[in-house]
Amino acid sequence: MKRSNTFLSSISKKYIMALAGMFLMLFLVFHLSTNLLMLVGDGEAFERAVEFLTLNPAVKIMEYVLFAGFLIHIALGFVLMIHNYRARPVKYHRPLRTETSPFSRFMFHTGMIILVFLVFHFLHFFFVKLGWVDMPAGVSDRHDFYSMAVILFQNPLYSALYWLSFVFLGFHLKHAFQSAFQSLGLNHTKYTPAIKVIGTIYAILISVGFAIIPFYFLFIYSP
Amino acid sequence: MNFTLKIWRQKNATSKGSFKTYSLDDVSPEMSFLEMLDYLNKMLIEQGEEPVVFEHDCREGICGSCGLYINGRPHGPMRNTTTCELHMRAFNDGGTIVIEPWRAKAFPVIKDLVVDRSSLERIMQAGGFISVNTGSAPESNSNPVGKPVSDKAFDAASCIGCGACVAACINSSAMLFAAAKIAQYALIPQGKTESKERVDQMVKQMDAEGFGFCSNTYGCEFDCPKGISIDFIALMNREFFSSKVCKQRHT
Repeated sequence: MKRSNTFLSSISKKYIMALAGMFLMLFLVFHLSTNLLMLVGDGEAFERAVEFLTLNPAVKIMEYVLFAGFLIHIALGFVLMIHNYRARPVKYHRPLRTETSPFSRFMFHTGMIILVFLVFHFLHFFFVKLGWVDMPAGVSDRHDFYSMAVILFQNPLYSALYWLSFVFLGFHLKHAFQSAFQSLGLNHTKYTPAIKVIGTIYAILISVGFAIIPFYFLFIYSP
Repeated sequence: MNFTLKIWRQKNATSKGSFKTYSLDDVSPEMSFLEMLDYLNKMLIEQGEEPVVFEHDCREGICGSCGLYINGRPHGPMRNTTTCELHMRAFNDGGTIVIEPWRAKAFPVIKDLVVDRSSLERIMQAGGFISVNTGSAPESNSNPVGKPVSDKAFDAASCIGCGACVAACINSSAMLFAAAKIAQYALIPQGKTESKERVDQMVKQMDAEGFGFCSNTYGCEFDCPKGISIDFIALMNREFFSSKVCKQRHT
């Protein structure tokens, strides 16, 4: 008999992927609620929130946990994609017509788009904070994320790409939410339909929530 | 009815295969899909050509041997139907039908449309059994099983092991098969004793066979000829978790 030579079984990987994903979904709620503070009172509330977060040692620790969550989720995504690609060496002549949700079929693709977004996000904010990337013109403090965001969002091209990224994030989350519950075995005749509805609402709220911010700075905000 | 058939022909496991096109006339709409292939083979034999090799046995939807990938769907266009129970009236007259074998690393092609599905057998051998004393019949009232539970276990057990779940999965994952076979024992008291070792061993074997990983697209459920629910995959995941967390080492 053939022997499995992988360190983690397929279902263990599923559990880890789902748990990391759920953690990232919680983080998105937290990130969005902080970002929405930009819309009130000329960014003063947002700046105070940033100040609180940068000074809080617990947040510093959570930052590392967050990086670990991202790295695990992304690395496992690649491992799964490569393994799954190799599980069918000869492809079908007629592509599969089996009915599946497109959100689920393109998880890797939407994930890749979010990864590209994430790279730019780091270049624009996190690396600036660390001093690895120069501050944009007009910003005098490495922690002045508000001014950095305003400069970026007032560029229509950047805002358009930002919106596009969040459309794909919405697609990713639409499948991710209920899929995570299924992976963890949390399946129930009574609650699974509710989880699916909540997942859709969650995906819409997150992407619309983030999309409001560039909309505000492009069309409503005047300095 | 008249059809153009585009069929995968492959001499043996090592040779490179290719599609061959045949046109078939006077097909009765009442013919089953396999009868249509029999009819084609009769024609090929009369012409001195080698007939198309395909797997079949019971022809009543219970043996699980007749899996064919027809026009992009395992077991063809009808839901909850095996290839042998599919009839030619399900197709448009004058249309082209593309017939391919299941495609997966764990299902190598033996010849033409026949694939080696013994990887599924090895998953069963790894843990798909219960240990009972044979000989006399067990006392029927010693293991009471509620009707809803026995029904659910039977739903899982109705998996015929055809491999359509693997063929329908974008990842070539066998999780629906493994889940059904784990659930059919896990749900009833007779299967409880070995349940933790069973899920562990069967999942290990499934991974060793080179099947893909499940990404919850639920295509398997859509194309399963027996309508096996993906709820069983969630059940398997729970079983697996509890086996990892609660399993005691026997010395």
